[in-house]
Amino acid sequence: MTATEITHSPKTLAETYALLADRHENCRIIAGGTDLMVLHNAQMLQSTEYIDIWGLDELRGVTDETDWIRIGALTTYSELINSPVIRRAIPPLVEASKTIGAVQIQNRGTIGGNIVNASPAGDTLPVLAVFDAEIELGSGRGRRLVDFNQFYTAYRETVLEPDELLLAVRVAKLREGESSFFYKAGTRRAQAISKVVIAARASLKNHVIESIKIALGSVAATVIRARITEGLLLNSSLSNELIEEARRTISMEIMPITDVRSTEHYRRTVTANLLAKFLRQLI
Amino acid sequence: MPIGKNVSRKEGAEKLNGEARYVDDIVLEGMLYGKTIRSTVPRGLIKSVKFDSAYDWSGIVIADYRDIPGNNFVALIVNDQPLLAQSEIRHCEEPILLIAAETKQEVQQAARYIRIEYEELPPVLTIDDSLKCEPKIYGDDNIYKRLCISRGDLVAGFRDADLIIEGEYRVPHQEQLYIETQGMIAIPGKGTMTVMGSMQCPYYVHRALKQSFNLSDEQAIVIQTTTGGGFGGKEEYPSMIAGHAALLALKSQRPVKMIYDRAEDIAATTKRHPGIIRHRTGVKRNGRLVASEIDIIFDGGAYVTLTPVVLSRGSIHSPGPYACDHVCINARAVATNTPPNGAFRGFGAPQVAFAYEMQMEKIAVTLGLDPLELRRINMLREGDITATGQRLNWSVGSEDVMTAAVEKSNYLAKREQYRIDNESIGSKRRGIGLSFFFHGAAFTGSGEEKMKAKAGLEVTPEGKVRVLSGSTEIGQGTQTIFGQIVSSEMGIEFQQVEIEVPDTSRVPDSGPTVASRTCMIVGRVLQLAAREIKEKLILFTAERHGEANVNLIDGRYIANGKVLAGFSQVAREYLSIHGELRVFANYVNPPGISWNEDTYSGDAYPVYSWGVDVAEVEVDPETYEIKLVKITTAQDVGRAIHPLLVEGQIEGGTLQAAGYGLLEELHWDRGRIVNNRLTNYIIPTSLDAPEMETIIIEKEYPHGPFGAKGVGELPMDGPAPAIAAAVFNATGAFISELPVTPERLHAAMEKRDYEKTENNETNESIN
Amino acid sequence: MKIAMKVNSHQVEIDVNGMKRLLDVLREDLRLTGTKEGCGEGECGACSVIIDGRVINSCLVPVCQMQEATITTVEGIAKDGRLDPLQQAFLLFGGAQCGICTPGMLIAARALLDINPNPTTEEIRESIAGNLCRCTGYTKIIEAIEHAANSTSDRSI
Repeated sequence: MTATEITHSPKTLAETYALLADRHENCRIIAGGTDLMVLHNAQMLQSTEYIDIWGLDELRGVTDETDWIRIGALTTYSELINSPVIRRAIPPLVEASKTIGAVQIQNRGTIGGNIVNASPAGDTLPVLAVFDAEIELGSGRGRRLVDFNQFYTAYRETVLEPDELLLAVRVAKLREGESSFFYKAGTRRAQAISKVVIAARASLKNHVIESIKIALGSVAATVIRARITEGLLLNSSLSNELIEEARRTISMEIMPITDVRSTEHYRRTVTANLLAKFLRQLI
Repeated sequence: MPIGKNVSRKEGAEKLNGEARYVDDIVLEGMLYGKTIRSTVPRGLIKSVKFDSAYDWSGIVIADYRDIPGNNFVALIVNDQPLLAQSEIRHCEEPILLIAAETKQEVQQAARYIRIEYEELPPVLTIDDSLKCEPKIYGDDNIYKRLCISRGDLVAGFRDADLIIEGEYRVPHQEQLYIETQGMIAIPGKGTMTVMGSMQCPYYVHRALKQSFNLSDEQAIVIQTTTGGGFGGKEEYPSMIAGHAALLALKSQRPVKMIYDRAEDIAATTKRHPGIIRHRTGVKRNGRLVASEIDIIFDGGAYVTLTPVVLSRGSIHSPGPYACDHVCINARAVATNTPPNGAFRGFGAPQVAFAYEMQMEKIAVTLGLDPLELRRINMLREGDITATGQRLNWSVGSEDVMTAAVEKSNYLAKREQYRIDNESIGSKRRGIGLSFFFHGAAFTGSGEEKMKAKAGLEVTPEGKVRVLSGSTEIGQGTQTIFGQIVSSEMGIEFQQVEIEVPDTSRVPDSGPTVASRTCMIVGRVLQLAAREIKEKLILFTAERHGEANVNLIDGRYIANGKVLAGFSQVAREYLSIHGELRVFANYVNPPGISWNEDTYSGDAYPVYSWGVDVAEVEVDPETYEIKLVKITTAQDVGRAIHPLLVEGQIEGGTLQAAGYGLLEELHWDRGRIVNNRLTNYIIPTSLDAPEMETIIIEKEYPHGPFGAKGVGELPMDGPAPAIAAAVFNATGAFISELPVTPERLHAAMEKRDYEKTENNETNESIN
Repeated sequence: MKIAMKVNSHQVEIDVNGMKRLLDVLREDLRLTGTKEGCGEGECGACSVIIDGRVINSCLVPVCQMQEATITTVEGIAKDGRLDPLQQAFLLFGGAQCGICTPGMLIAARALLDINPNPTTEEIRESIAGNLCRCTGYTKIIEAIEHAANSTSDRSI
């Protein structure tokens, strides 16, 4: 950080797009600041210019658009937790938001920030992955929709272009007869980064798994869907044997590492245990 | 009389309305901001120091070892630690250079343009490597200090044993994590150097400054500012940062402020000594301990600092609060190329307490005895003899704390209940465990005798009594209890006592604020001084009023049922005639206390405090997460001068030790701490804190002020083993290394399951 | 960048770098040193302030976002130089030892009681989960907040 940082606080999307069009490498977008300011305070950013989007009210709001819920990028975790719409339609998103930081962080951290920060440990990301999320991106060139599960290309890398802004995320609603699940095994009971985070969604009919989606964080370079395990479970009859096989499959499907927070072995075992817990709840 | 009353904290109001001034709140005219440039290698030689010419250095003050006018060491015990490295580097983060600039931003910027090149040497990073001397980094054998404590005949003891049980226990580093980081401001004067800041021991800093800057007692002035937590982390380390700020102040002839950010603070400052403790215990089938052989190795880090004293306290406490006729303790402290370890609440005792209590758990399960029963059979009681041959003559609340904690926690009933609860598959596993521990109050051996702590009182022009002591308030309540002790002894009101700021130009050396000694030792000295001032003024009043039998009660002089005058009126009258009234006293050991430094035997401490913790946990069998549900604790503190403050020490120390037991761990990469931020060095939040039930036991110590002994560190010794015992009770997994993380529990449970399958056993097995 | 905001009921105007932390603006430009820095990364809560009714870590807020904001710091809790019931409860129940976390704790408690005047013990625990304390073990802080909630009809700020 030098004394000559330039800060823009645009008031409209149009202004923002104009700034983004000329955006250079050392220009960062700042929203709630709960990720960016940590780096900024530690002098780990080379940036000389900031685009402060906190004033863009167009990026706020949670609306029920029938087939999905549209959540503005600047919606904070507190707003998600307190939103009657989210509580009704996407309960795991409320659960996930409650596990992030503590009240101070929840009052400023945004879902948009969680998405573009692209951490493999982002706690809302597995929920978005199983709820068929679609990311709305905007720029001076227009808007486009990106399937959430195509959004991440590598560790901390996304398809976001330099002149693009994340506007909102469209999230499917929990259907009648569907069960959902969210669990975060963290380092402590608040202000914790996840060791393993899992979200799942499924429906059963006559013991057969009609639909199943499983997503995990902190066990690979990005948030991932456990597609092989999903494939095993879909259209299968739920039984203890199937649950055991699912445990083995997911255990092999994920790529956890040993790091400062936890071990590969723990992550593998606990992921499998949590999946089994969810499946048993379905019976 | 305010003893035993929860009077309002003396400095409470300013801490609540935002007016308390911590060192970083102070801004002085012309002040510069300093920063330390530190080594990035764990061991080597400095080859070159380069200042990039791309940066404009004209506004930057630079200081290195050549600028130190006096000795280039931080005065402590052995004086081996440089204030600034000259050419040799012995640990990552070792201070090499100091720079200062007009603003924080500038000094951070400037630091980026300094390049230091090293010739790296192979470092020693673990205890095991140090013992192998791969390579030799200190003396002949990498050993800072050896100690041996011996009692009875170990061989005979083992011969007499029915069973011999061995155990190895490993304890990690721990960061004190005071919420206010280290900070100092140095102000150069005409031939003087004033340093103010966050510290526990102004006179330690004072001694260090005198040595490094060739200053006299009067020329070095050290003042403690409101301090946001210490826990031992601000016992010796402040001398280092004070010396740095002072050097920059000397060079620039301007005030200099140095505040560490959290990352630097965790990376560079002292930690709790990690260690490996091995027990070999001979027992009879009925549970009696007959022989105890203990081997202790502590990792001192790269310089000696306080390691010999930590080793000493650790060794003396290592057999635990148990009677055993044949004991042999061998202790070593080794050198490694890691930042020097130092004082942290407990000072060697929490480390060895984890070991001795887990060893008792192991013995209990091996013999098929209830852990409580095993403690009752062997616990030290009044009249018993310790491993150093000390007869416990007074204030032994061991049975009282055991009975109180066991009853209040409903230990036996719960143990049975949880056994039944755990039989249902799929439920959370519940467990309850206990620990029994003791803590010697004040300095070991002849420490207090040598120190002769000095403290005093003076009468102020307003007619109040001002406490003059180098003891510091760091949250534990020093100012408040001093006020209570003095006002009670004298017979005046609590509000009539003031506390002088710990400023070396105004207060005497009462010894450091450490070792749970402030109330017991310094409070006692103040009690004596108070007695003397009281007598003087009573005599004065008696003469002036022509009365005999004058008493001072609640701030008023009374004779024959008549009020003669108020205290402050009399005090002011005395000053107007005599000019001043100031009384000092020195600490003297109670009679009959003797310690032999050579044989390490005798009365190790004037008195011990005693405690029992009962911990209840809930373990998730799928995620191995451990919830600390409740801790019930009973602690014998002699006398609770201020029960609320005593509870505060117990509750705070218990949670800090729960962090040691469950959460706190440093991760290293080639001698450098990898998790030196608060996102990754995790301490308990309010949601991690258990329900606490605290019972204060008062087994009066006849030589403490109103019967009080020490409480600050005792609470740190019990929680980690109580929690590990509870986890053992819940899961059957015996964990002998801290912290008890879900990962360790998972590994231990897998191993136990594997061994069960292998051996077809139904008993709990221990590795 | 010129920023106009309301701090502890006073209108203030400052001209600083837009990315300057609100924490530093409070402590340096406005000389309100009651709000503390403990970690610089939003983990310890010592820098907590109330912004437009919400408790927030000021070390993570760039001041460019504070145009027209209403901010309360610990200095704004006490009225007319006397401790308010929440502060008095901390004194009575031993909620402050070294005091460095206390401003943040008071702010978190204040923010909670303004929205939820009758919180459960669990809600109190959650409301201070972002405020680290190393001295007290949290027990007496929670008792103090409980007492303040039960004893008075608290005034909002």
